[in-house]
Amino acid sequence: MIKLDHINKYFGDAHVLKDINLEVKEGEKLVIIGPSGSGKSTTVRCMNFLEEPTSGHVYIDGREITGKNKTKVVRDTTSMVFQQFNLYPHMTVLKNLTLAPIKLHGKSKEQAEDLAYHYLDVVGLRDKATVYPNTLSGGQQQRIAIARALCAQSKIILFDEPTSALDPETIQEVLDVMVKLAKEENITMVVVTHEMGFARQVADRVVFMADGQIIEEGTPEHFFVNPKNDRVKKFLSKIIR
Amino acid sequence: MSGLFSESAWMMVWNYRDTFILGFINTLETSIAAIILSLTLGIVIGLMAMSTSKVLRTINRVYVEFIQNTPLLLQICVLYYALAFSGYKLGILITGIISLGVYHGAYMAEVFRAGIGAISKGQFEAADSQGFSYIGKMYYIILPQSIKIILPPSVNQIVNLIKNTAVLYIIGGSDLISLTYNFVTGATTGGAYAPAYLVCGALFFLICFPLSTLASIWESNLKKKDGMGAAKEKKVAEI
Repeated sequence: MIKLDHINKYFGDAHVLKDINLEVKEGEKLVIIGPSGSGKSTTVRCMNFLEEPTSGHVYIDGREITGKNKTKVVRDTTSMVFQQFNLYPHMTVLKNLTLAPIKLHGKSKEQAEDLAYHYLDVVGLRDKATVYPNTLSGGQQQRIAIARALCAQSKIILFDEPTSALDPETIQEVLDVMVKLAKEENITMVVVTHEMGFARQVADRVVFMADGQIIEEGTPEHFFVNPKNDRVKKFLSKIIR
Repeated sequence: MSGLFSESAWMMVWNYRDTFILGFINTLETSIAAIILSLTLGIVIGLMAMSTSKVLRTINRVYVEFIQNTPLLLQICVLYYALAFSGYKLGILITGIISLGVYHGAYMAEVFRAGIGAISKGQFEAADSQGFSYIGKMYYIILPQSIKIILPPSVNQIVNLIKNTAVLYIIGGSDLISLTYNFVTGATTGGAYAPAYLVCGALFFLICFPLSTLASIWESNLKKKDGMGAAKEKKVAEI
């Protein structure tokens, strides 16, 4: 479903991704962990070309994504949930959810609103349809952002540290929604997170990154029971409580 | 003629009221066309400043700096006289529209640049991640958020543009200022300075004042809509 083929990325002189090769299968739930600055966000942002790799190839659903076709490929295949939610503040929740389906996916207003209410039910926020995003808590905003991503009915949803900007007490409500998605929907999910509990519950595979490289990968159990690399052990001992 | 505000002076202005009305209409027409041009240039050139292409960013800088750092009067002379000598005659009206539009376009470009620059990167990325084209992203997501920031200074520019139609005098325009000046210095009509200038000023005020007022009302409404309005909803939600 997603294939990163020898991806290198430079920001100026900084070599942030070093020859990344990674494949994600259809329906797979992949979790990427690692210390900050390890390139995990950049990796996931290369998957929808928010960052254009300096070299290498990205294939989504069999199509190579390039600077030229990225808008169309991304529209057809992927959605993203951001650390800072990035809801559109000048639109109500319902407008946030229906904008892309109406303008990009050829849905009628009625179809788009049905879809929006369906996914608002999934995230448990149907009663917030008519309010503006800035009236909501961080956790609620992120659940709306997830609903917005679902409204595109993409095969792939990319999560870039979806709980890192949240208050501790609202993290769980977002994780609950994500677990529900992982278990009920056949969506390919790539999740950059530090939430090992979440990884353990839903991940088919965990990838550990450091210094722009994939250091180790395996099942969540592998990481909990006997990670090989010392760096991974040290990191995990800090985040698994 | 006795006294600045003598009855005969007022009569003179009244008898030649058509001159003032004509000037007023000419100024309005020139302004509207120039405003459209300056807004178009402002958006296009302003967006260039945000481009990833170095060429476009350079075009933006050269245009803005060159236009902002030379006098409008000089620009209009170059466009009218220098071009006339080389065989291209644009006509007074077209020259006025182009020079005012291009001049204020440079200021508009800076207004748009600031307005778009104030929107967080996350908004651009959210739009990109949904697969919006550049135009769609700007139209649905970025510009509606920038409008509050863009509106007040761009109305200032529009008001300035209307007042700057005065520079058309140098190429013999028939705008309000030029016609007023011709009136007060004319052989048969001369002398009625005070009433003529007063009328001219009143006519400018008549266009410019409602504009700036309208803009501030519009601006506060927009602010209310997603600022206070939202706060109100929050209160309701908390109750």
